[in-house]
Amino acid sequence: MAKFNLNINGTQREVDVDPSTPLLWVLRDHLNLVGAKYGCGIAQCGSCMVHLGDTATYSCMLPVSSVGNQKVTTIEGLSENGDHPVQQAWLEVDVPQCGYCQSGQIMAAAALLKQNPNPSDAEIEMAMNGNLCRCGTYVRIKEAIKKAAANS
Amino acid sequence: MTRIKTQYNRRSFLKVSAAAGGGMLIGFNWMMSCTRAEEKPAIAIPNEWFEINGYIKIGDTGMVTIYNPNPEIGQNVMTSMPMIVAEELDVPWDHVVVEQGMLDSDAFKNPQFAGGSLSIMLGWEPLRMAGAAGRRMLLEAAAKEWGVAVSDLSASQGIIKEVNGERSIGYGEIASKAVGIEIPEEVELKDPTTFTLIGTTQKNVVGKDIVTGKPLFGLDYQREGMKLAMIVQPPAFGMTPTGFNQEEIKGMNGVTDAFMIDTGIDSELFGNVSAFPKCIAIVGDTTWELMQAKKAVRAQWETVGALEDSRMHTERMEEVLRSGTPRDVRRDGDPEAAFARAAKVIERTYTSPFQAHNTMEPMNFFAHVTADGAELFGPTQTPNALRDLAALLLDMDKEKFSVGMTRMGGGFGRRLYTHFGLRAAAISKQAGVPVKLIYTREDDMANGVYRPAYASTYKAGLDENNNLIAFSVRGTGLPEGAIFPSRFPAGTVDNYLAENIMSETNISTGAWRAPRSHFTAGAEQSFLDEVAEAAGKDPIEFRLELFERAKNNPVGEEHDYDAERYAGVLKLVKEKAGWGTNTPGVFRGVAAYFCHNSYVAEVFDMVQEDGELKVQKVWCAVDCGIVINPDAAANMIQGGVVDGIGHAMYSQLTFENGVPQQQNFDRYQLIRHSQAPKEIEVFFVDSDVSPTGLGEPGLPPAAGAMASAMYKATGRRVYNIPFATDKPPLVG
Ligand code: FES
Ligand code: FES
Repeated sequence: MAKFNLNINGTQREVDVDPSTPLLWVLRDHLNLVGAKYGCGIAQCGSCMVHLGDTATYSCMLPVSSVGNQKVTTIEGLSENGDHPVQQAWLEVDVPQCGYCQSGQIMAAAALLKQNPNPSDAEIEMAMNGNLCRCGTYVRIKEAIKKAAANS
Repeated sequence: MTRIKTQYNRRSFLKVSAAAGGGMLIGFNWMMSCTRAEEKPAIAIPNEWFEINGYIKIGDTGMVTIYNPNPEIGQNVMTSMPMIVAEELDVPWDHVVVEQGMLDSDAFKNPQFAGGSLSIMLGWEPLRMAGAAGRRMLLEAAAKEWGVAVSDLSASQGIIKEVNGERSIGYGEIASKAVGIEIPEEVELKDPTTFTLIGTTQKNVVGKDIVTGKPLFGLDYQREGMKLAMIVQPPAFGMTPTGFNQEEIKGMNGVTDAFMIDTGIDSELFGNVSAFPKCIAIVGDTTWELMQAKKAVRAQWETVGALEDSRMHTERMEEVLRSGTPRDVRRDGDPEAAFARAAKVIERTYTSPFQAHNTMEPMNFFAHVTADGAELFGPTQTPNALRDLAALLLDMDKEKFSVGMTRMGGGFGRRLYTHFGLRAAAISKQAGVPVKLIYTREDDMANGVYRPAYASTYKAGLDENNNLIAFSVRGTGLPEGAIFPSRFPAGTVDNYLAENIMSETNISTGAWRAPRSHFTAGAEQSFLDEVAEAAGKDPIEFRLELFERAKNNPVGEEHDYDAERYAGVLKLVKEKAGWGTNTPGVFRGVAAYFCHNSYVAEVFDMVQEDGELKVQKVWCAVDCGIVINPDAAANMIQGGVVDGIGHAMYSQLTFENGVPQQQNFDRYQLIRHSQAPKEIEVFFVDSDVSPTGLGEPGLPPAAGAMASAMYKATGRRVYNIPFATDKPPLVG
């Protein structure tokens, strides 16, 4: 066990955990932030995506010991009132089916738009290919990303 | 108007409670979701609530809580089922908050399960009845209050008015006066042409909670004093554990208990499927510590059955197709003689491997079992079956169970089966604590209740004038063939034969989104494309001719489908897709299928992009009767199409010595963004027929339409799923 001081959604949080614990399980089991989901544990599905600084990152394979003082943003901290342009676009297009993958999809989309405010179809596909949606909402996800790009 | 008898008895009806609290806090959370996000909440939070029946609570401000009776797996019943109640109650949708109901058959009078695309179809009348009974009782209360007859009043949009007078009163105000009003024995349902809510697009009531990452799913479920649990299952089908390094595991960091469980139940009840009744359970504090403990388990396994592999499976199905004894036979005319005199005979065999459900949220369940009772909470498509089986497992009275449903990160049939809930119950009982059992992805994928492997041989005979005079299909699968003897083209061909032959396997299989139809539609529809081509006919015209036959002069005693509606979706998709126009570089395919009482036709356009064939656009025409929530319904069909493409093109599960060779998404391929169509347009047939299935019927035609489009692009037909490799699975 070791103590880590993490910057999560703008707040310093201290946890006492095994240093090998992936950030995902620190968030879910120790900090009660369950917006990031578990889907595969091996960086293949994107359900667990959070932002490390401005970069979308698979939290399931990121040991807490390597987070350091980088800023972590989870879906809970993406916006104060759930009104980030990507979240709004998601509601407008009514993207989700089961919804399980969607917090990861939204985090990936928000990171993409931050780096590339007007992505082409190919750029969207490339950036979003790490996020599986078993329900098959890909068409709406693309539509929502374009809508968010147009709205912001 | 239709008059129907209500099924409520006095006991279950009108226990009006003036209690606030309870659901109110939850109600507050949902409220934002039911109104448009950008709007203000339409109505104040009530101080008092009055319960009309199991579905409806009315607050003194006019806010209405409607309970969704059925499990939510992403088919959006949280929105569509309450919409049906709200329509008949006649209350503005932005006054409604929605809550998930518990398992309670007495309150809901409706089968509480998510399967067979049946939620709306079976719930249609009970939900309308609940709403209409509520409206009627509020009317009676107002009539009593004003000393007039019910026939002097009208109720609409949450307000009761005197037809020829000045007085009006809101549902919220009159609700308290309805205390003591008895349930009517009969209620009047609205004429569907007067619906104002059903048939309008309403946003997912849980949308806001989903996009903000609220705890909704089983995996997010928490309870005071709850421990986590994980399991270690045998590495191969055909194996069982006999022991493990229990003391060492119990001594590990964060582990509080470890033991073997046995959830084998001798029962024919639906949902009782598990290849592994015995497994090792580890209980502890955190997921990561349990994952480490899982890795440290050294177990002794005993081989108790065959260790099968994919080559063996393929050979077994080939052998059974050649020489097995069929059952479920349908025979019209004299197919053998007709094939013998046919000018052209086409025969093709289609195969599909085992496939996993792979719900995005792996299996999990919460259980708290004590001597006094058992609480089970989590993602299940069949809460009722889970309760009944758990009652057998724990030898406990059914009345002592409380069963709740969380939102589910996908179902696809996987959560019709109950072993994860039973295991949670067994672990809680043994450990003596409330536990949430969590499967890793590998636990989930390597020990599934899979979509069976299939092989079917189709054969068609054409005469000199290219008329279809004989048709046969002979199918097997592990364990049974994907054969529907009386579906299309039964009824359209004079000489027809359908045969289903069983094969054996110890790989556990079960219902997977659109069971059997998912494979049959792809095989049959791409076969018919090939037959139409051999007959020199346009594939849509070829099918329409067959439907004419089924309409005017059907062959045989009966068939399962309505030829008019079947032809209807083909004609609609033909028109919408502009069938018959040829664009260079665009390759088209079409397919239509009937299942779950609904009809879907799809046209696929494929293009070459970066050296890969991709689906560019899909048109879908759907006849599922009355559509409750059109845009959400379109989402379902779009998802079905993407799912159909993915599982026809990429996915397979193979075995070696009983061990599944794909246990996570690094080796098991699911469709990704760049492989999905750019656009999917969905058109619904305007209909006043009661609603039928929607969650499954969008999937089956996709494989057929895609196979035909791929043929146009490459000149080569594909016969084996996954189409990306087009080979029957051998080893690994
Ligand atoms: S859980 Fe992290 S990528 Fe799947
Ligand atoms: S919405 Fe269900 S997995 Fe994406």
